[in-house]
Amino acid sequence: MNDMRIAERAVDVNETKISARKVQVYYGDTHAIKDVDVDIEDRTVTAFIGPSGCGKSTFLRCLNRMNDTIDSARVEGTILLDGEDIYDRKVDPVQLRAKVGMVFQKPNPFPKSIYDNVAYGPKIHGLAKNKAELDEIVEKALRRGAIWDEVKDRLQAPGTGLSGGQQQRLCIARAVATEPEVLLMDEPCSALDPIATAQVEELIDELRQDYSVVIVTHSMQQAARVSQKTAFFHLGHLVEYDETGKIFTNPEDPRTESYITGRIG
Amino acid sequence: MTDLTQDMGEGASGPARPANSIFAQDARTKRRNAAERRFRMYGVIALGIGLVFLVALLFAIVRNGTPAFTQTFIHLPVELSEAKLDKNGNRDIEQIKKVSTFGYKPLIEDAVARALEENGIASPFEDAGDLTDLISSAAAAQIRDLVIANPDMIGETVEFRVLAASRVDGYFKGRVTRESLARDKNLDAEHLDVADALKDAGVIEREFNWDFILGADASESRPEQAGIGVAMLGSFFMMLVVLLLSLPIGVAASIYLEEFAPQNKFTDLIEVNISNLAAVPSIVFGILGLAVFIQFANLPQSAPLVGGLVLTLMTLPTIIISTRASLKAVPPSIRDAALGVGASKMQSVFHHVLPLAMPGILTGTIIGLAQALGETAPLLLIGMVGYIASNYPDGIASGFLDPNSAMPAQIYEWAKRADPAYYERAWGGIIILLVFLMTMNIIAIILRRRFERRW
Ligand SMILES: Nc1ncnc2c1ncn2[C@@H]1O[C@H](COP(=O)(O)OP(=O)(O)OP(=O)(O)O)[C@@H](O)[C@H]1O
Ligand SMILES: [Mg+2]
Repeated sequence: MNDMRIAERAVDVNETKISARKVQVYYGDTHAIKDVDVDIEDRTVTAFIGPSGCGKSTFLRCLNRMNDTIDSARVEGTILLDGEDIYDRKVDPVQLRAKVGMVFQKPNPFPKSIYDNVAYGPKIHGLAKNKAELDEIVEKALRRGAIWDEVKDRLQAPGTGLSGGQQQRLCIARAVATEPEVLLMDEPCSALDPIATAQVEELIDELRQDYSVVIVTHSMQQAARVSQKTAFFHLGHLVEYDETGKIFTNPEDPRTESYITGRIG
Repeated sequence: MTDLTQDMGEGASGPARPANSIFAQDARTKRRNAAERRFRMYGVIALGIGLVFLVALLFAIVRNGTPAFTQTFIHLPVELSEAKLDKNGNRDIEQIKKVSTFGYKPLIEDAVARALEENGIASPFEDAGDLTDLISSAAAAQIRDLVIANPDMIGETVEFRVLAASRVDGYFKGRVTRESLARDKNLDAEHLDVADALKDAGVIEREFNWDFILGADASESRPEQAGIGVAMLGSFFMMLVVLLLSLPIGVAASIYLEEFAPQNKFTDLIEVNISNLAAVPSIVFGILGLAVFIQFANLPQSAPLVGGLVLTLMTLPTIIISTRASLKAVPPSIRDAALGVGASKMQSVFHHVLPLAMPGILTGTIIGLAQALGETAPLLLIGMVGYIASNYPDGIASGFLDPNSAMPAQIYEWAKRADPAYYERAWGGIIILLVFLMTMNIIAIILRRRFERRW
C-alpha cells in the first residue's frame, strides 16, 4: 500500500488522502450512491457539484461515517484514509471523526456560549493541558473561522444568538479547532452573505495549506474559485472528476457540460 | 381612507374598480366567516362549561374543607391532684404510669365543674360526670402524657387547651343541630346550652388546628383528634422511593431506547407496550405489587416502601414517554454537531442532548410523581388503606418499612367512616393533597421556565 502511494507521489504533487472504490450507499431500498470511485488529494480543495438530490451530501457523509447515525443507511465498497479502510471493523468512528471534521449545511451551534462551542472539541480530545492553552486554541480557531473580531468581546454569549452567517463561521471555527486532517463542508456558504462567503472562501484557501478540504456547493462560481479538483455527481453516479479548470472549460461528459451551462439541475 | 379610494375611482390615471372588488365579501367568504364565528363560539362555550365545573369544584372543596382546619378547644385549668395521681407522693415514674387515662377523668370533671362555677354557669346535670361529654376523650391522654413527661407538675394547677368533643365542635361549625341531637346518645341539648355559655365566657374557642395537618389519625370515635400528618409522612417516603427509582430507571430506559437502540420490530414492540402500560388501570399494578412484593418477596404489608415500588411501576411509563418525547424534540442537528467534532454517542447525549431535554424530563417526572401522590387504588391492595396511621415512624428506616398510610388513602379512609365529622376531615385532607399537587405543578412550571433555552 505504501509503495503505491510513493509511486503516485512521483506522478502527482499531492498524495492521495482519501481513496474511495466502488462505494454504494443504500437508504433502505433507495440506491443513493452508485459505484463511486474517487481519489481525494491532500492539501487540495475538492468541490462536489451536482443537481439537488444527486447524493453529494450522502457521499460526503460517508467520508467520516456520519451515515452510521442513519439507521436505514448502508454503505458498501472501500474508503481508505491514508491507506486505512475507514469502514474496517477495528475503526472507531469517533476517532475517525476527530481526523475528518465536518461543517454542516445548516449552521448548528451548540446552545452554549461561543467559547464553549469552540472549546468543546479540543476539550473532549484532550488537546489543551490548561485553560490558557484552551483559550489560545479557541482564539486561533475563531480567527481561522473569520469571526474572531465579531465575537471577541462576547465569548460567553450564546452561540445560538449569532446571525445565521456568524453561526456558520462559528461552526467552521469549531470544526477546525480539533485540528482535523480532512475538513468536509456541506454547502457551508448557503446561509452566508457575499462578504461572509468571501471570508469563508479565503479561509478555505488558507486551510488548504494544511488540510484536505472537500466542499459541496451549488455555486459553480464558488467551485471554480476555491477548488483545484471538481467532482460532478448526477443521480448517484460520479459522472466526472478532474481538475477544476478542465471541468469548467472542457468537460468530457455531456451531462457535466449541460449542468454547468445550466441545462440540467 | 375613503378619500383615497374615491380619488382612485375618480382619478383619470387610477385603474377602474375591478368587477370583483375585495371590499365586498362574496358568498363563499361570508359562509366561511360565519363558520369560523360559530366554531369560535363553540370553543368559548366549551371553555365556559369547563370553567363552571372547575369553579364549582373549587368552591365545594374550599367550603367543605376549610372547617377541618379549625377546631373547637376548651381552655381549662386542671388541678393535677397529688392524691389522685401519686398516692405515695414519691414521684416514682412507674407508680405515676400506673394511673390510666381513666384515672384522669375525675380531674377533668372537677376542672369543668370549676370552670362553670367560675363563670357563673349553672350545670343542668345532676351528675357532674355528664359534663365531661363536652370534652374529647383525647383530653385525658393529653393530660396524662404531660404528667408523665413532667412528674414535678403534680400538685400544681396547669392551664390546658383540650379538644372539645366532636359533637360540640360540630355544633359550632353548624354540622350538629339541636334537632339532630335528639337521636344522639352522646350529647344532649343541655350540653349545647352549657357550650354556648362557655363560649360566651371565652372558655371555648375555635382556633386553627395544626394537629390536623401534622397530627396522627385517631380511632373512629375521636374525629376531633384525627390529623393527616402521619399519612403525609407515608406519602413522603413513598414519593422518595418513586423518585429515586423511577427517575434513573425511566431516564436510562428512555435514553437507551431513543438514542442507542436499533429501530427494529423488537424495539417497536417495547415502545407499544410502554404506551399500553401507561394506560393500565392502577389497581392492576396494585395486585401485581401484592403478588410480587408482599406475597413473593415477603416485604412488609402497608409499608411505604412497597407502596413506593408499586407506584414506581405505575409512574415509569409516564416518565419514559415524556422523557422520550423531550429527547425526540432535541433537533438532530445538535447530535450531528457533537458527532461531527468527534464526540462519542454517549458524550453527545450527556453533554448536549440531555441538558436540552432536561426541562421536559423534569416536568414529566414531576407530573408522574403528582399522579402517584394522588393514587389510591393500588394502595388498597397492599394494605395502606384502612390502616390507622396513629404513630409517627421513629426513623428513616421505619419510615420506609413500618406500616403507614398515605394521604389519599387516609382521605378515603375518613370518607368511609360513619361520623360526619370525618367527612369534613376528608374534605380538609383533599385541600392539603391539592396544595401538594399544585406546589408540584408550580415547581414543574418553574423548572421548565428556568431550564428552557432556545436552540
Ligand atoms: N436519511 C435519508 N433517508 C432516506 N433517504 C435519504 C436520506 N438522506 C438522503 N436520502 C436520499 O438520498 C438521495 C441523495 O440525497 P443527498 O442528501 O445526498 O442529496 P444532495 O446531493 O446533498 O442534495 P442537496 O444538494 O439538495 O443537498 C436523495 O434521493 C435523498 O432523497
Ligand atoms: Mg445536501
